Amino acid sequence: MSTHEAVAPEHHTSTGLDNTKLAMWAFLGSECLFFGSLITTYLLYRNRVMSGPTPHEIYDIPYTSVSSFVLLMSSLTMVLALAAIQRGDHRGLRVWLLATAFLGLTFIGGQVYEFTTFVEEGLKLSTSTFGSSFFVLTGFHGAHVTVGILMLLALVGMSWAGRLDPASEGARKVELIGLYWHFVDIVWIVIFTVIYLVPTNP
Amino acid sequence: MSESQTSMEHVTDPHMADHPSPRKYVNVAIILAIVTAIEVAIYYVTALEDLLVPILLALAVIKFVMVGMYFMHLKFDSHTFRRFFVTGIILALCVFGVVMAMFFTRGGPSPLVGG
Repeated sequence: MSTHEAVAPEHHTSTGLDNTKLAMWAFLGSECLFFGSLITTYLLYRNRVMSGPTPHEIYDIPYTSVSSFVLLMSSLTMVLALAAIQRGDHRGLRVWLLATAFLGLTFIGGQVYEFTTFVEEGLKLSTSTFGSSFFVLTGFHGAHVTVGILMLLALVGMSWAGRLDPASEGARKVELIGLYWHFVDIVWIVIFTVIYLVPTNP
Repeated sequence: MSESQTSMEHVTDPHMADHPSPRKYVNVAIILAIVTAIEVAIYYVTALEDLLVPILLALAVIKFVMVGMYFMHLKFDSHTFRRFFVTGIILALCVFGVVMAMFFTRGGPSPLVGG
């Protein structure tokens, strides 16, 4: 059994760090500001409900808890995908990436159902400032999850096509998309607590 | 190179060598699931109503830090990456603080806990 080690190429940059990874972290830092602003806006407006249902009336905590759990577990499958490609295990990589995409799709399906239910109960984007800030915040988060799912599926396709060589940049690509995915999860950790669990006016 | 050959290789990237093992990842995920369950359980405990917000925020911070440190490898990677991320978080908190301060000086309702 061959157990030789394939060493990924070093990156010769002025910082000694991988520039693409540095760029990803800079992007994620800017995303903190983006979501921070949206969360701040929501907190300002959530108690100003002139018409339509209030957060207290409309949120379904058990349902959202399950969605949160699903997204949290998708972070586990994502790191297991990274661990797989670091071992050179392409089959494991594809299995964990597909599992992550499936969990992400489950989360998005849950969000679509939640939005539909809210609209049926009288909360639309234009109903109140609470409705506007809620749908914009969670909608942007959902859009980020959707982009993440597309990138995961692209990775699966690249792996199938043999274009994710662990000895070169394959593991790095998986790690970068993994960072994005974990960030989306981290944002939901904040949204779930601050938006759903922290109590509002009854 | 065939897939079977590839799967037998051990890829060693010097920057990824310190990453945790799959078992460690699973342990972290179990802790995250337990903390989430505690969050939801606490939400329904009326006796903790007064302490609900600080407890929930503390639990969210624990989850945030665990995902960042272990799943995003901030604990193991270069501190430069951590600085980029923490700078973004600090700036976001500054935006939050400034907006809330402006809002309070105008006599608006509290954004946290009722109003």
